[in-house]
Amino acid sequence: MEAGSVPAVSRAVSVVVNGEAYEREVDARRLLVHFLRDELDLTGTHVGCDTGNCGACTILVDGEAVKSCMLLAVQADGVEITTVEGLEEDGILSPLQQAFSEHHALQCGYCTPGMLVSATYLLNNNSEPTEDEIRKALQGNICRCTGYVNIIGAVQAVVKGEVSA
Amino acid sequence: MSGIEIEASTVVEERTQAPQIGFVGQNVPRKEDKRLVQGQGVFFDDVKRHGMGFVHFVRSPYAHAKIVSIDVSRALELDGVYGTLTGDEVAILTDPFFEMSTPPGSEIKDYALAVGRVRHVGDPVAAVVASTRELARDASELVEVEYDPLEPLVDAERALEPDAPILHEDAGSNVVWSGQFDWGDFDGALAEADHVVRIERLHFDRFASTPLECSGCLVEYNRGTGQWTMHCNHQMPGIGAIWMAPSLRVGLDKLRFVTQDIGGAFGNKICLHPQFVACCLLARKLNRPVQWTEWRTDQHTANAHGNERTFLDVEVPVKADGTMLGFSVRAIDDCGAFPRYEPLGCIIWAQVAPGCYRWRNIRVDFTQVCTNKSPVSPNRGYSRMQHLWLTERIVDIVAKELELDPIEVRKRNYVRSEDMPYETPNGCIYDSGDYARCLDIALDLIGHADLEEKRREAEGRGKLLGLGIGSTLDSGTNNFGQSQLLNPELQFSGNNEVATVKLDIFGEIVITLGTVPQGQGHETTAAQVAADILGCTPDDINVRPGHDTYWNSHAGFSGTYASQFAVTGLGAVKGASEKLAGEMRKLASVVLGCSPDDIELAEGQARMRENPEAALPFMALGAILNANNAGLPEDLDVTLNCRYVYRPVFEVPDKERKFGNLTLTYATQIHACVVEVDRETGVYEIVDYAAVDDCGNRIHPQIVEGQVHGATAQALGAATHESFPYDEEGNLLTPNFYDYHVPHAMDMPPMKNGFIESPSPFTPLGAKGMGEGGGAGIHAVCAALQDALRAAGGPIVNDSHNNYGRVWELLRDPGASRALVRVESGSGS
Repeated sequence: MEAGSVPAVSRAVSVVVNGEAYEREVDARRLLVHFLRDELDLTGTHVGCDTGNCGACTILVDGEAVKSCMLLAVQADGVEITTVEGLEEDGILSPLQQAFSEHHALQCGYCTPGMLVSATYLLNNNSEPTEDEIRKALQGNICRCTGYVNIIGAVQAVVKGEVSA
Repeated sequence: MSGIEIEASTVVEERTQAPQIGFVGQNVPRKEDKRLVQGQGVFFDDVKRHGMGFVHFVRSPYAHAKIVSIDVSRALELDGVYGTLTGDEVAILTDPFFEMSTPPGSEIKDYALAVGRVRHVGDPVAAVVASTRELARDASELVEVEYDPLEPLVDAERALEPDAPILHEDAGSNVVWSGQFDWGDFDGALAEADHVVRIERLHFDRFASTPLECSGCLVEYNRGTGQWTMHCNHQMPGIGAIWMAPSLRVGLDKLRFVTQDIGGAFGNKICLHPQFVACCLLARKLNRPVQWTEWRTDQHTANAHGNERTFLDVEVPVKADGTMLGFSVRAIDDCGAFPRYEPLGCIIWAQVAPGCYRWRNIRVDFTQVCTNKSPVSPNRGYSRMQHLWLTERIVDIVAKELELDPIEVRKRNYVRSEDMPYETPNGCIYDSGDYARCLDIALDLIGHADLEEKRREAEGRGKLLGLGIGSTLDSGTNNFGQSQLLNPELQFSGNNEVATVKLDIFGEIVITLGTVPQGQGHETTAAQVAADILGCTPDDINVRPGHDTYWNSHAGFSGTYASQFAVTGLGAVKGASEKLAGEMRKLASVVLGCSPDDIELAEGQARMRENPEAALPFMALGAILNANNAGLPEDLDVTLNCRYVYRPVFEVPDKERKFGNLTLTYATQIHACVVEVDRETGVYEIVDYAAVDDCGNRIHPQIVEGQVHGATAQALGAATHESFPYDEEGNLLTPNFYDYHVPHAMDMPPMKNGFIESPSPFTPLGAKGMGEGGGAGIHAVCAALQDALRAAGGPIVNDSHNNYGRVWELLRDPGASRALVRVESGSGS
């Protein structure tokens, strides 16, 4: 890039996030995760790496689990997004959110949003996963605190319906 | 290690005391969880300020080079670039950071940015601030730096050679610190021994806990008062300020650290002062808030690795029955380019000098050097982990060479429960514990009775099965006086932590901690302790999340590090709560016209024991004192806002003998690991795993178990796939999660847990600090591999990191490692 040149080619993006419609003029180079965090102030979606390995930024895009650091914001034009902030309903925690707390499936809580979204995606598509299927579904999400033991246990508890209302 | 079908987790518990009636000891719901599962936590990168600029560091591509020139002019020409900072400015505006070593290490000059020379790949040479993250990164590409490359130094032993390149010319040597430790009578032990086992070389590898949230801060400068506020994830602000304030030439109170949620730290967020000082300078220079979020690649290349350590010339005098009399070793520790928290690692290992064993004669020659690699920082298990790996390797190698059972050898040499509290040869007091009992539970959990049958069954499938034990101590609550054994001039000793508990006007109890939690559940456990003392529930208590210097609820050593919250943090909460309870009883007695001794606190009320109808709800007490206090006696000394400093009892250690108690508590971890190794490829799988923990009274068993899981996962990662290797030019080969493989959900083996409780006689709640775990998983994996490979030429596992390739090397040439060990007859035989 030459000194003095301005890369800010921007584009209008309309997107529905957690049921709310947004229209924004977005820098063409802006990552979706930074758009969500910095422009929509949805800071629950986290950034833990710069290579797409950690999964802390996982969201649902039209129902598919996606690492939001691997998409540009402009690519989200016209899609429906669910972030961790959209998992609860009317202030009631989802069974997975509840189970994560009951089973001590989080310590620092930094991987938790991505972990919850990946687990939500799994259960949306497979209501009775085996333990091996749970592990496979979460292998794109790194946790440095829990060793995954209680995370697996929390998802299993939801599968078995063992979550207090 | 993929594709394991997992058994349900097994948990065995033995509690030494009857379950308590109160909240302490119960698994109450964590207060932190609701906001975190909703994505409503506040991590530093979530904090925004109007007009803030984003910082990007320009970093060295060379491991070792002179900086010839830096030209920032092209970056400054970009629209939206607010300004820059270079090493030349830093050298004028700041003083070098305080160094803890004696000469030559004390002569090292460490600044916020590289001054004149870069000493590792990723060393920051300049910083650029711009209106967006992306622009700051682009603009940093336009900063032109001319380097004159120097010979890189990437090997700790080479660092000591006379013709080695010198990193820090001011020091004139690559040595940071060196010293001798000699406890007991090692020569006498050699004379008494039947055998002397000699191990030429062992190597503890370089890795880091790599918290998922990278480091960073948002810094605001107040022009009127000259005060900086840092919204950040520094885990030890007290020490951070001691580094930063003199460097910035300001008083300590000009630095305000604010944290709420922190995405893991594990010691890796203790040495953030260089980057924070750069951000403080930029906030002042540019007259705007500046924000720095470290990139993952930067964290791996240029922030905080764990210490790498090489052990040379190990000598172990052994009696014929397997009783070991001690050991001697020459240790060379590699702290990377700058010492920072070092040379504390040169003494911290001495907290566990004999490991779990009754070894009375220990001689250690310890040298720490600089190399052209990332600086180190405390890393979960800090310095003790490296040393405990040595003690565990000693046990397994001696057992192998003398054809003894490593389990029996451990039991023969363990410190015995009946000898607790036990004084080690260097004056440390192991407070309580039953290592042999923990080992028995671990062996039961992995089905030791059927091990030989399983070994044969595995052989039938072409697999080599092995069992390994890792015995460790998690020493907690430091006596900072140990720093004086490194440098007698240092003015650090003892320890302290603070809590403030108040009763507010509407009856709300508010706790302010001095600690800086990163997932350890401090809000929850603090509320449990206070609730039992104040006669209410944890739900009635608001524990402020995080840390704020301006809450004035901290002391010199405040922070969250070194396995101590259950002792220091909760000791402070207990002290402050008892103080408040006393004041509440006193105030109630004045109102109700009785003696304070007649008042009990229960069910959210202060009431008369003999007449519970005569009761004041907490709200009434809060309101009377704070807002309706006319008529109260003039001499009533009640504030309902009670600050307490917990200070464990310590003496300054004897500097001549290097003798004294260096930590207050010793939690135990005994791990048992079963591996199956593929004979052809070296690929191995952990097929069974048990971790038994004893941290005294558990305040919240579920949190303790979670810490055990996490410490084990980090240790297994370090043992198998996590490593920070460098090439000859000083390039890190694993600079991000692409190459640096941490355990994923598919990698973790089945985990069985056991717990016993040996209460500490020295702590306010009988609890011990825990959570670091002493690297037991690394030791257990090494031992299991060595056991498995007995049937394949019997190599010695001489490195802490054993990826599949390395195991294949051991299989291919078992003689190479065996040649490192020899057994001689001792004078006593």
